[in-house]
Amino acid sequence: MTEIDPEKLNVAPGEPHSDILSETVAYVIGLGLALGLTAISFWVASTSSLWGPGVAVGLVVLAIAQMGVHLVFFLHITSGPDNTNNVLALAFGVLVVFLVMIGTIWIMEHMNENMMPGPEITNLQMQH
Amino acid sequence: MTNEAATIGLTHGASEDTGLGHRGPESKSIVVPYGFWLFVLSDMVLFSALFATYATLAHATDGGPTSNQLFDRNLVAVETLALLISSFTCGLAMIAAKRGNMLWTQGWLLVTGLLGAVFLFIELYEFATMIGEGAGPQRSAFLSAFFTLVGCHGAHVTVGLLWIGTMMAQIWAKGFREHIMRRLLCLSVFWHALDIIWVAIFTIVYLIGTLP
Repeated sequence: MTEIDPEKLNVAPGEPHSDILSETVAYVIGLGLALGLTAISFWVASTSSLWGPGVAVGLVVLAIAQMGVHLVFFLHITSGPDNTNNVLALAFGVLVVFLVMIGTIWIMEHMNENMMPGPEITNLQMQH
Repeated sequence: MTNEAATIGLTHGASEDTGLGHRGPESKSIVVPYGFWLFVLSDMVLFSALFATYATLAHATDGGPTSNQLFDRNLVAVETLALLISSFTCGLAMIAAKRGNMLWTQGWLLVTGLLGAVFLFIELYEFATMIGEGAGPQRSAFLSAFFTLVGCHGAHVTVGLLWIGTMMAQIWAKGFREHIMRRLLCLSVFWHALDIIWVAIFTIVYLIGTLP
């Protein structure tokens, strides 16, 4: 990276764990992985060479993988002991997010199936 | 102090550093970003409700335009790229700020803000085009959910842009003082979180929504 000032390599006394180079490299790796996963997502969504019904699931998996990359390389969430509180809070957040999303989709889908006959109402059309 | 703490059970015998809190509360530079992390996570919970709403109503088009007809993947790819690279440059700004390098910090923050502005501009262009075609939020439940979800993210980006500008001014005026660095760290957490939410949006709304 061009922004690295050689004079600064050994500065930062208050930073025990990393020098500017390795810190920057972590961001570059993160960016590379995220770009790669994004590119794969767009390719998966537009190709016709994959099994159709599996595409949506594959896209969700790719998205979750990319979120993991962002958390690790950009937000520096690690499994180290100094990160326990951050990870616990994250875990609770993820739990609530999944409960809300999967719970809603699951319930609403079944409600649609069981309670609303007729194709035009089954997809919850709002009719005024 | 140590004896006192030991009598009320805060330490383990002779051990000096048990990590159980006998040193008292953590410094502000730990506590404040942690509190902000909790806010960001609760923000994600808020978005999860909007995602659930969208997923439920995605096919409720009321005979109006569908996601396949409305969304342009190329535009979304540019938006995604802009936001992702801005997340990266935000990280570079943090690296420069930790070293107290004014020029690089301001430079990377400026790039971050400009890329965020590009993202926002494209999003507003997309919204304006859709509303101009009669596909505004009033058209169907699907479009109401779409504008709420994506618009809420756009509102967050707008706040982020204002924040970036504010931090650039504060760093310029006050330098890399401790409380400024705290705010900067919170800003970077906020900005990275916005990109994480965008990953979910471009996957669920734009890619899955435009599958053949």
